[in-house]
Amino acid sequence: MKSDFWYRFFKNKMAVAGGIVVIALFVVSFLAPWIAPYDPNEIDLVHVLEPPSADHLFGTDQLGRDVLSRMIWGSRISLKVGFVATGIAIVIGAILGALAGYYGRWTDSVVMRFVDIMLCFPSFFLILAVIAILEPSIWNIMIVIGLTGWMGITRLVRADFITLKERDFVHAARAIGASDIRIIFRHILPNAMASMLVAATLGVAGAILTESALSFLGIGVQPPTPSWGNILTAGKDNIDIAWWLSLYPGLAILITVLGYNLLGEGIRDSLDPRLRS
Amino acid sequence: MTRYIARRLLTMIPLLVGITIICFAVIHLAPGSPTDLQTDLNPRVSAEAKERLRALYNLDKPIYEQYILWLKKLAVLDLGESFSPDHRPVIDKITERLPVTITINALSMMLIIIVAIPIGVLSAVHRDTLFDRITAIFVFVGFAVPTFWLALLLMILFGVNLGWLPISGIRSLNFEYLPPWQASWDVIKHLILPVLLSAFGGLAGLSRYMRSNMLEVIRQDYITTARAKGLSERIVIYKHALRNALLPVITILGLSVPTLIGGSVIFETIFAIPGMGQLFYMSVMSRDYPVVMGILFIGAILTLVGNLIADVSYAVADPRIRVS
Repeated sequence: MKSDFWYRFFKNKMAVAGGIVVIALFVVSFLAPWIAPYDPNEIDLVHVLEPPSADHLFGTDQLGRDVLSRMIWGSRISLKVGFVATGIAIVIGAILGALAGYYGRWTDSVVMRFVDIMLCFPSFFLILAVIAILEPSIWNIMIVIGLTGWMGITRLVRADFITLKERDFVHAARAIGASDIRIIFRHILPNAMASMLVAATLGVAGAILTESALSFLGIGVQPPTPSWGNILTAGKDNIDIAWWLSLYPGLAILITVLGYNLLGEGIRDSLDPRLRS
Repeated sequence: MTRYIARRLLTMIPLLVGITIICFAVIHLAPGSPTDLQTDLNPRVSAEAKERLRALYNLDKPIYEQYILWLKKLAVLDLGESFSPDHRPVIDKITERLPVTITINALSMMLIIIVAIPIGVLSAVHRDTLFDRITAIFVFVGFAVPTFWLALLLMILFGVNLGWLPISGIRSLNFEYLPPWQASWDVIKHLILPVLLSAFGGLAGLSRYMRSNMLEVIRQDYITTARAKGLSERIVIYKHALRNALLPVITILGLSVPTLIGGSVIFETIFAIPGMGQLFYMSVMSRDYPVVMGILFIGAILTLVGNLIADVSYAVADPRIRVS
């Protein structure tokens, strides 16, 4: 079963490419202090808004800071936001989905109504409203993105639980007197991991996109901390003179999100080739 | 049909109550009372504003009473007064900006339908051809591209370098003095980029959905029957298959309403369009609480209405829905 998975995964070139992008991103953000050519916050007023050159591969921004170095440090933000926000969403989604799917009846109706209600809010509106109250900071951003992104995972986990709870191994566990909590977390949940892993990978991509949009609007990661989104804000402010400020950080977001999406879809197709769309 | 609509309206009631509870919870999310937060964090909010906020949310009453009193105001669409110097009622500020936002979203939804459905159908019918491969790449990139970044690039290309399209607002400064045809062309020119960009994400999503839907339908027995009857492939695909594959699209369009509305914050801010999204952004930046909460509520209501319209149209199009 496991070797089947890896065999199918490595045969899927797009999935492997996605995996390489994701690994490269990890390496870059861990090695940021060593590979960034300049200090990301070093202001150099002599070299303001310089186009890409041998000294500054991706040019400099309005304060003369090296764009490449800021992007390398910015990858840490993307990584952190992606994982923390998705982690929060997964925990909420797994617990609510498990309760709804396992207990059914009124528990199920309450949880699913809650999901429906949350889906009525344009998620960007909800995030902005909460940020308006709680002050923008990286932690608040991550928490709020997580708190508004668990609905899809809840539905997935619930669907898995509804089919899994009728399986023989669950009846067997109940017959030997296992508690509900034990059955949910030790017996059923591990079997629902596959779809959660796929949802998590795609969720990381979504969280990175949301964070970059928030930072771009000035409501996310606050300068001077570099993030891909807030470098793009400088790009918009200097739109008629400095195209490099707009081009490169956006490409980084695009490639990263593409990488996670390809990886997620690749994992799904390799887990169950029948699901392939 | 009336029975279906009545039933559908009844199921909206718990959702509506839930929406008000979440909005109310967001107001009270702040540690301490919302008025403390206002004065602590925002020096522009005077003691007088604090008093107004206290009156608006009845903050000196017990929490359930606050909720009931707030609901009573909400029922008559009294969303309070803005904190900005104009002190205007929130509902007026929203309604005067709503038409712009709804127009742009409606236009981009039309664009999505016109472009995505043929793409999806063609790539399903001509599966695994070059066309299918190219659209697959377009769809994948479409899912991953940050649309605000694409907006920047198109602004640089068409606005700055080529100078073909304006990059801000919805009309030129000399709009008043233009003859009618030039005036309408002026508005169209201003709307091209915003509409195109807000449609972009939906284009990728719907064309992919349409493709898999069409592939699903083509496998059905009644398509085999139609072919067996000797009907031409054209009629089989574009009459028998397409009709059935189109039905679920109605639901998808309904579900895309919150995404479109949420996206309006980004596009209206980038292109300086005086709509509800821009108002929301400005209110968040200036901590204009009553407006923020008002738009949050109205946004959820618009989604609810969008879903209702989608479900009712589905029931009109497909009688099976009405009886089940």
